Amino acid sequence: MFSIGLGHYLTLAAIIFTIGIAGIFLNRKNIIVILMSIELILLSVSINLVSFSIFIDDLSGQIFTLFILTVAAAEAAIGLAIIVAYHRNAGTIRVEEIDKLKG
Amino acid sequence: MIAHAIIFYIFSFVAIVSAVMVIVSRNTVHSVFFLILDFISISCLFIMIGAEFLGMIMLIVYVGAVAILFLFVVMMLNVSQQKNEWFNSSQSSSHIPVGLLVSIIIFFELIIVIGGWKYKSELTDSISLKLPTNITNTQSLGNVIYTDYIHLFQLAGMILLVSMIGAIVLTFRRRSDIKRQSYFKQISREREDGVELKDVDNNKGVKIDV
Repeated sequence: MFSIGLGHYLTLAAIIFTIGIAGIFLNRKNIIVILMSIELILLSVSINLVSFSIFIDDLSGQIFTLFILTVAAAEAAIGLAIIVAYHRNAGTIRVEEIDKLKG
Repeated sequence: MIAHAIIFYIFSFVAIVSAVMVIVSRNTVHSVFFLILDFISISCLFIMIGAEFLGMIMLIVYVGAVAILFLFVVMMLNVSQQKNEWFNSSQSSSHIPVGLLVSIIIFFELIIVIGGWKYKSELTDSISLKLPTNITNTQSLGNVIYTDYIHLFQLAGMILLVSMIGAIVLTFRRRSDIKRQSYFKQISREREDGVELKDVDNNKGVKIDV
């Protein structure tokens, strides 16, 4: 209980990962919140990599976290740009009303 | 050790609560604020277990850039008014129990994996980059990332460049309702285009705007 080990960090990452998944599933109104849930998922993966890197004494995990950070920033920028362009064309970003591909 | 445990529990509790608030918050601006709180708690955890460079970079990149980008988009698109009301949407409420079920199943699968997991015995022999103890975390990362991982590092830079160009291309819009200055037109204008000489008869004027 009082000695924090690898399992504690992995459990924390699992909880945050699950919250991110639940956010993607449950949210039907606003696509920005879905992007934020994806950020939460990437954050939990970063927690996993960093805690493994610290606890098995290997630096590679932190380097990979750095690259995950890069990809997360790029993904947020592109996703938000797509949302802005879509909002300009269609006038809405509600998830229920984005059904152009439904045919 | 006990202080370490207490601080870990405080930060992880804040992180989990704010992660829940991100997805259930009714106002999108509040979601962004809770996302910032989540990033700050996790970066405090990173600093606490000894990855201080990543903790600081996390603060700079996530809180300083990504969350502010989210905030700008939320403000620009004015979606804070349309409430985020997934739990009382009446017309399509069948996805809520299914989503909760799938999330709970994923959570228990992850917990089972964490519970029944141990190192392979040859893992410690295969470690190539041991954490150095005599230099700081930042210096050890810098030693590695500019030498062994230089190609991946430059590839990350290329990813950032492509995403920057992509974001500009996606959101760029040439407006036709405003007047713009055209340097090329101005500079390439010749004397013959701008000046015209006319012979003026006596006692007659010249009509200029023909």
